[in-house]
Amino acid sequence: MFNIFLDDAAALVVVLPLLISAIIAFIPSKIWPWIISLVTLVLHLVLSLHLLKEISISGLIIYEFGNWEPPWGISFKIDGVNIGLQLLFSIFVLISTFYSRKIFLSEIDSRDSGKAYSLWLLAIGSLNGIILTNDIFNLFVFLEISALASISLIALGAGQNRKALLAAFNYLIIGAIGATFYVIGVGFAYAMTGTLNMNDLVIQLAQYSDGQLAIFAGMSFMLVGLMVKAAIFPVHIWLPPAYSYAPSAVSTLLAALATKTILYFFVRLLYEVFIIYPSYLSLFLDFVLYPLSLLAIFIGTLIAIYQDDIKKLLAFSSIAQIGYITLAFSLKDHSGITSGFIHIFNHAFIKGGLFMAVGYFAILLKDRVTLASLKGFGYKYPITSFALLICGLSLIGLPLTNGFISKLYLFQALYTNQMYFSIALVAVSSALAVAYFWKIVEQMWFSEIKFKSEKEDAYIYLPIWIITVSIIVFGIYSSPIIEFSNLSADYLISGYQN
Amino acid sequence: MSNSFLIILGIITPLFAALFSYVCRYNNNLRDSFGIIGGLVTFLVSLKIFHGIQNNVIFQITFFTLFDGVDFTFKVNALGSIFSLVASSLWILASIYTIGYMRGAGEKNQTRFVIFYSIAIHAALAIAWSGNLLVLFIFYEILTFSTFPLVGHKQNAESQSAGRLYLSILVGTSLIFFLPAIFWIWLETGTLDFQDGGILINQFPAEYLSLLIAMLVFGIGKAAIMPIHRWLPAAMVAPTPVSALLHAVAVVKAGVFSFLVVIVYIVGPEFLLQTKSSDWLVWLACFTIMASSIIAITKDDLKARLAYSTISQLSYIILGAALASSLALKGASFHIITHALGKITLFFCAGAIYVTAHIKKVSELKGMGFKLPLIFFAYTLGALSIIGVPPFIGSWSKFYLIMGSIEREFIVVAIILGISSLLNIYYLLQPIVIGFTQTSRREAKLIKAPLTVWPPVITGLSCLIFFFYANYFLNNVSGVIAI
Repeated sequence: MFNIFLDDAAALVVVLPLLISAIIAFIPSKIWPWIISLVTLVLHLVLSLHLLKEISISGLIIYEFGNWEPPWGISFKIDGVNIGLQLLFSIFVLISTFYSRKIFLSEIDSRDSGKAYSLWLLAIGSLNGIILTNDIFNLFVFLEISALASISLIALGAGQNRKALLAAFNYLIIGAIGATFYVIGVGFAYAMTGTLNMNDLVIQLAQYSDGQLAIFAGMSFMLVGLMVKAAIFPVHIWLPPAYSYAPSAVSTLLAALATKTILYFFVRLLYEVFIIYPSYLSLFLDFVLYPLSLLAIFIGTLIAIYQDDIKKLLAFSSIAQIGYITLAFSLKDHSGITSGFIHIFNHAFIKGGLFMAVGYFAILLKDRVTLASLKGFGYKYPITSFALLICGLSLIGLPLTNGFISKLYLFQALYTNQMYFSIALVAVSSALAVAYFWKIVEQMWFSEIKFKSEKEDAYIYLPIWIITVSIIVFGIYSSPIIEFSNLSADYLISGYQN
Repeated sequence: MSNSFLIILGIITPLFAALFSYVCRYNNNLRDSFGIIGGLVTFLVSLKIFHGIQNNVIFQITFFTLFDGVDFTFKVNALGSIFSLVASSLWILASIYTIGYMRGAGEKNQTRFVIFYSIAIHAALAIAWSGNLLVLFIFYEILTFSTFPLVGHKQNAESQSAGRLYLSILVGTSLIFFLPAIFWIWLETGTLDFQDGGILINQFPAEYLSLLIAMLVFGIGKAAIMPIHRWLPAAMVAPTPVSALLHAVAVVKAGVFSFLVVIVYIVGPEFLLQTKSSDWLVWLACFTIMASSIIAITKDDLKARLAYSTISQLSYIILGAALASSLALKGASFHIITHALGKITLFFCAGAIYVTAHIKKVSELKGMGFKLPLIFFAYTLGALSIIGVPPFIGSWSKFYLIMGSIEREFIVVAIILGISSLLNIYYLLQPIVIGFTQTSRREAKLIKAPLTVWPPVITGLSCLIFFFYANYFLNNVSGVIAI
């Protein structure tokens, strides 16, 4: 029986959370929705591990829904590119779900617990769909489900601060515009080729290898739509308010995974499909993505320095970090894609850990976490504060943390591409990151107010420390992340060379 | 005892000292004694390693691989053995002095102070014994972060802004210049290990070497070359034991030591002499020497004056490294010892004067010479050593530096070194002159703090004694730098 279950693992990682989500919405209990979600996600992790095993044997899984062969039916594709991300996703959602309970209890009405976890699983299932789908229209569906689920989750923050409603509405409107752009692009592609399957799309597009204006228009629409969704500068404006007014657990999930999954699809589309128009691709990468990434890095960091609200500060730092990832992806070679994936992994841990720690402070304060409110927290809540310190040092990219590995590989990639100006800019912006991070440390440990240490909640600091320890472990023993990223780059770049 | 165990013992002892100080935080005497015990242990370890290095014993321990070609490893080289010996031996005296000073001046948060003090020593020793450039960088950053709480110790607005300046300059420069320079070296050579003769020759494009040198010298902000020197005078808001051990010995010497190690074991003096890529640095170092000496003259605050004197003296070492001839390198490495001994004496005296008489300014020292004879005696010894008067130890390093500049045919540099000595005489001896010649109308109340008096006397006398045993240190120095 269990084998049948495993045979459909590729579909179940998406379908299972979606199914359970529909059920737990109706459970009027404080704790059961959490327990059921947790069990679901443990199963989810088992399924992902099974997929990893399968991939290590066969190298490729194409799952056809309802046995409809592609290009007619919808299919999921799992290969070297996304298996690492799938695993990261599985692990991280489990940790953040474990973390979420106490946070939800104190930030939202306890009667809403069922609804919150329903939305939570809905977001998880649909984000996972983005990772696995091999169909450009199916992607649109998942994008929309995940956006609606996230928007509702963000709006749950209204119990704490009414601005959450505005942030959710902003996200709704801007996200809808992005999605519309994307679906218009899909429409163009479908009109020209008659297919939505990504593998088939490559074959069909080859007949227009001399280029067609309609194809280019469609591609541009799709890319801009995805850029909005991935919060690439300058279409990132929905992100900072959304992350900072959402309930803390939600910010953790979104900051660590939501934009990452879309970035992954973005790079897959670029290097797997659009690669058949090399001139278009390099035009986009060199003259759009590359300069925008540099601007994102610089401006994101600068704005972060002047933030007083810690969650906003972290959100703007995310804009800069997304800039690092897209900068790496714009390099068009193996080292660039590798370093982009490495940073996707590492930044998920770093930002996840930071948002978790700050989220805990938010429920302790029962208020916005500002610089001034953190005075003396280093003494008051030493366990969580110390985790925050380590995550922050990793964000700066100091050695022995995984942030350093990211930086090392990014420098290497830039160096092999002889982009010395970018190297200088990345170096300067990582030094500026010290400025915004140290403001927090100064408040926490070196302000004049002193407190006796207070008891901290193990349910909350345990997941935070799991993340923190993995930050150090992956900073010292970095080969798992590097190998997964190399694998992703191998698969993508082989398409590039063909 | 096995060699790798010695390294671990030396590096871990200060951490244990910090830990025990925290555990015994309610018993002041017990708490403060761990600094002295830790100092003794690390000193013995350093001494053993120092002798081992003289006999070509290899001290090495590798923990794990960080990434391709770079391990987390400690390996003691000759320069490191000198630096660790200096830092650990002076830690003993500084710990004794700290007790006298912190209690005499009634500072708060003494436990935190002692803990971070020990951690800073830990980082300095790890820097001294690091086996490659990345390990050095890691502990370089730890040293910065661990001294930040010491600089901002008073927690008032002034010390907070000084702490910010300190941190932003040191961390900023290291992240913008030093780390990219390390990456660059790694990308070109595939390794970061310290090797005799350097690793860059035939591996690194010679035309870019000047740029690399610039990135290194400005990236290692602790070396305090102008224009990256502002953090050092700012750091003087810290209690004097910090200024004495950290900002005359451990931190700043870690800076020049890092630069010297890079020149000797990464770039390679031979490569440098071939390409002449560091000749521009000779002039920048000369400029720093002269400019900071002149600024020192204008400073009335004794600690600020000493800080600028330190900046000037650090540039002697950078000058020696930039000249890269064997005599100059010998002088530069030896200057690490001589300046450490001399400057810690002066800072000890400045702190002792503050604790006993509450005087910070040079102009207020009138008549104090007769009231505080021992302190002024020690101060005189230290000052003469730094000026470079025989028979004080400082004369040796200055001698070698001047010989080195003549060897490289930089006659102007030799003249500048001479002029700088004259300026030294003026600004270092002026306090003594004021102390003994002018009389004060003010009756100052004196507080007895013997623990702050004897350490400078000991270091001052050793400036005199070690003049005759200079070969003991020079053997280690010349063993490596023979080109």
